[in-house]
Amino acid sequence: MATDTVLKPDHAASGRHPIFTDEHDELRASIRSFVEKELAPHADAWEETTFPDSVFTRMGELGYLGLHYPEEYGGQGGDYATQIVLAEEMSRSHSGGLVMGVAVHTDMANPPLKLLGTHEQKLQYLVPAMKGEKIACLGITEPGAGSDVAGIQTTAVRDGDEWVVNGSKLYITNGHRADYIVLVVKTDPDAGYGGFSLLIVDMDSPGVVREKRLEKLGMHASDTALLAFQDVRVPAENLLGEEGKGFYHIMWELQGERLVAAAGAVAAADRLVERTLEFARERQAFGRSIGKFQGIRWKFAEMATKIEAGRQMTYNTAWRVMQGEYPVREISMAKLYTSRMACEVADECLQIHGGAGYMKEYGIERAWRDLRLNRIGAGTDETMLEVIGRSYGL
Amino acid sequence: MSTAERPTAAVGDPTLATPDANGAEAAAPEQGAAAAASSSVDHGAARLPDPPFTADHEELRGSIRRWVDAELKPHVQEWEDAEWVPSSVFRRAGELGFLGLAYPTELGGQGGGPIDEAVFQQELARSGSAGLAAALGAPVTIATPPILKFGTSEQRQRWIPPVLRGATVAALAITEPGTGSDVAGVQTTARKVDGGFVVNGEKCYITGGVRADHLVAAVKTSEEGGHGGISFLVIERPPAPEGSEDDPALLGADRGDGITARPLQKLGWHASDTALISLQDVFVPDEHLLGELHGAFKLIMANFAWERISMALGAVAGMDAVLETTKAYVAERKAFGRRIADFQGTRWALAEMGTKAEACRALTFEALRKHDLGVVTPMEVAQVKLMTQRAMVEVADGCLQLHGGAGYMKEYGIERALRDARLGPIGGGTDEIMKDVIGRMMGV
Repeated sequence: MATDTVLKPDHAASGRHPIFTDEHDELRASIRSFVEKELAPHADAWEETTFPDSVFTRMGELGYLGLHYPEEYGGQGGDYATQIVLAEEMSRSHSGGLVMGVAVHTDMANPPLKLLGTHEQKLQYLVPAMKGEKIACLGITEPGAGSDVAGIQTTAVRDGDEWVVNGSKLYITNGHRADYIVLVVKTDPDAGYGGFSLLIVDMDSPGVVREKRLEKLGMHASDTALLAFQDVRVPAENLLGEEGKGFYHIMWELQGERLVAAAGAVAAADRLVERTLEFARERQAFGRSIGKFQGIRWKFAEMATKIEAGRQMTYNTAWRVMQGEYPVREISMAKLYTSRMACEVADECLQIHGGAGYMKEYGIERAWRDLRLNRIGAGTDETMLEVIGRSYGL
Repeated sequence: MSTAERPTAAVGDPTLATPDANGAEAAAPEQGAAAAASSSVDHGAARLPDPPFTADHEELRGSIRRWVDAELKPHVQEWEDAEWVPSSVFRRAGELGFLGLAYPTELGGQGGGPIDEAVFQQELARSGSAGLAAALGAPVTIATPPILKFGTSEQRQRWIPPVLRGATVAALAITEPGTGSDVAGVQTTARKVDGGFVVNGEKCYITGGVRADHLVAAVKTSEEGGHGGISFLVIERPPAPEGSEDDPALLGADRGDGITARPLQKLGWHASDTALISLQDVFVPDEHLLGELHGAFKLIMANFAWERISMALGAVAGMDAVLETTKAYVAERKAFGRRIADFQGTRWALAEMGTKAEACRALTFEALRKHDLGVVTPMEVAQVKLMTQRAMVEVADGCLQLHGGAGYMKEYGIERALRDARLGPIGGGTDEIMKDVIGRMMGV
């Protein structure tokens, strides 16, 4: 066989997954340019101060807050894969807290409005949300109810044309900056899973108390709140979706959140490996670059393989969602696998950096701290294991 | 529960009664269920101290623990936030005799041995701040042993007693920006001049480097450097300016000696100052050469065993502490109508972690015993270090996970345990170096 006909491995092949088209590539390029120019340079500063609200207005202006939202409400009318592109490219900001703050708006709090909102609700909340003029947060977790969503104690009691809300919500991302919250409340204490509903609550309503800003391991660029609701009166028309269907609505919401979290975890792991490859090529020890040691080379091989598995899992699950399926088991698997994978990759990249990895200025420790939330937020590893295990009838 | 608490609690120490009582309560339901059974296994029973610890060590443990609980623990968060431990804490530790446990009495020490210092390491680790433990421990565990072992009588008298009193602080300075694992690659030069050396270079990740009154520094004394060309110099800093003892900026500033030290910000170990030190034309007199000229490589290697065993001891105590906190949390926290401790998944996670901690304890105590007898091998030490530091990270990580969202929050202290633990597989020789040492010594 002549040498020029021999097939050679093409490591540089783009390998674009079929869920993406040229249009997605174009979108990716413009988001990437925005993130690299307008977000990444501020990542260090925003760790200290949390990122400014102007990120929302700027992203609204560019249309990035409504990629997968209907055009009639100010969205871009894109398909689900556009959300995946956004999640991936946001990782280039090198700020998990920023990525999360924006994702709460685009992929957690507003999807229920898109799916369940009335025309009036969409006009009132979704339209300004797409522009970044109103910022959203989502209120599920409570001091006594984390993984156990059905353990929620915040109540809404009907009083004439209003609901009266009492209770507290914990670990609420964007809680300090948000203009409205999509709140999970108990509207019928005796109805079990059928006793929950969703309410859209204006955060400037009397009785909404934004308590302390919580200090955390990572995600420092995001604000995390403890919120109290004391006799907050909410107009009856702010009920989102059906009364008594809140538990099922929120379980639906969580699926989207989890798949986007998976895409974000894969992308974050990619970024870490890129930076660590650069470090391993440059850093010299014992007379050679450390990447030339077999032990280090194998670490990269392990990491790259795990990342690729996570990526394909995420894309294929996204493809199923785009075909109209509701693949809860696969979404849970993708969330579980990619969260763990990203933490392992972050840990290995930190290790390869040695002492430098432990220092703030290299940014690796920040990614390590930020990613650790992936195994807790949006459903812990244990919750994923439970969902997956039970899906087999066990 | 650690072996440590039992004997001292038995002598009726009021400070120790509380954890002991909690332990008994935690064991109660299980015992209740099994009480009538014929099994005589008593998991909560007092047991003899694990070798090589004796009743005397346990008594010492009691007094260190009382001090840690009363005088350190209440300030841990404050010192973590300030990224600084007040100098008065060093003097207090010195006054109580805890800094000189393993040092001879003629140098102001207590005349004990490594096992006594091991007790100190373990109890410091229980403070919940590895940074605090490192700040207090490093001067006696890593910076001063080379002076004790290789110093002349004058050198020992000059530098050891004040460190043991907590009046001065010593820092070991080996790592450089370009040289971490590759110890022999030291680039800081010491040029021979009349009456001494002139030192130029940079040292980084130096624990206590901002506060240090003297550095025990590895420098290149020959053109080619390397294993046969580096020496240890004790680099004294002039007295710090009045009123600067707890002011890192003033302490780190050049005092006319050509030395500046700036604190580095890091993932964990916040209470400990970790410095980047710049040395510019620093004059060091001949009599500050430690050991033989060009002979530092051996000296550096000589203390690795103790440094690594100390880290292992810290990990063993740290795992106990974080597991105790987590057991208390899962016994309290309810989800899905029951305590999360009542889920099999939780129980299995704890079982795995408890087993890991126990294996590390056995391995570490055995290495300590052998070290005390002078028969521990570098391979065993590397194995202990590799296993315990990784285990500490895994256990802290597993405990954080069992805390769920609370684990991610600062106020529960678990996230700090994980951040602190993460230095273990890097400091004192990375995991990769440990594996290299072990692999090379396997005779293949």
